[in-house]
Amino acid sequence: MPMDANEIERLIRARFPDATVAIRDLAGDGDHFAAHVVTREFIGKTRVQQHKMVYDALQGRMGGVLHALALTTAAPKD
Amino acid sequence: MSEQAVQDWIRKTVAANDVVLFMKGTKDVPQCGFSAQVGQILAHLDVAYKDVNVLEDMGIREGIKSFSQWPTIPQLYVKGEFVGGCDIIREMFQEGELQSLLEEKGIGHRSAKMTA
Repeated sequence: MPMDANEIERLIRARFPDATVAIRDLAGDGDHFAAHVVTREFIGKTRVQQHKMVYDALQGRMGGVLHALALTTAAPKD
Repeated sequence: MSEQAVQDWIRKTVAANDVVLFMKGTKDVPQCGFSAQVGQILAHLDVAYKDVNVLEDMGIREGIKSFSQWPTIPQLYVKGEFVGGCDIIREMFQEGELQSLLEEKGIGHRSAKMTA
């Protein structure tokens, strides 16, 4: 198991303390995750910028040990 | 190719082709589910695009990541601009934003909205 859901959530929260983070283990194999991240820091950012901010928070793991993280991001609605 | 030559090659390729998909495998035989998904979306929209199989060249496979500062493949470029990877392209397609972008950039495509 390359990475567990708690570790992904911890890294994201460390970077975005206000974030709502929802992680789902898609296949139950500890290797295919979906993450939904909502934080005020995304306000005014494009999707590419938002995703890059999350990838930065994961400190190089994305594309490495984390092959399959389906990511969706949003700024808070209000 | 040297690292610089790879960056030049990528720059030229995305400049010379309106739509370029850097993917694992080819449009006919994708080798990764994420690459396949983006290919399916482009096929569904009837968009003509150039596919670059990064599995054929380690230099391009790593070089494209530094070119866009984006850590994963696939990567879609429209008119020389990085648009996104699999998650972003799927979300844009579902929201109709990808179709709007193609419209804006004058790229021929089928405008049928997804109903599912």
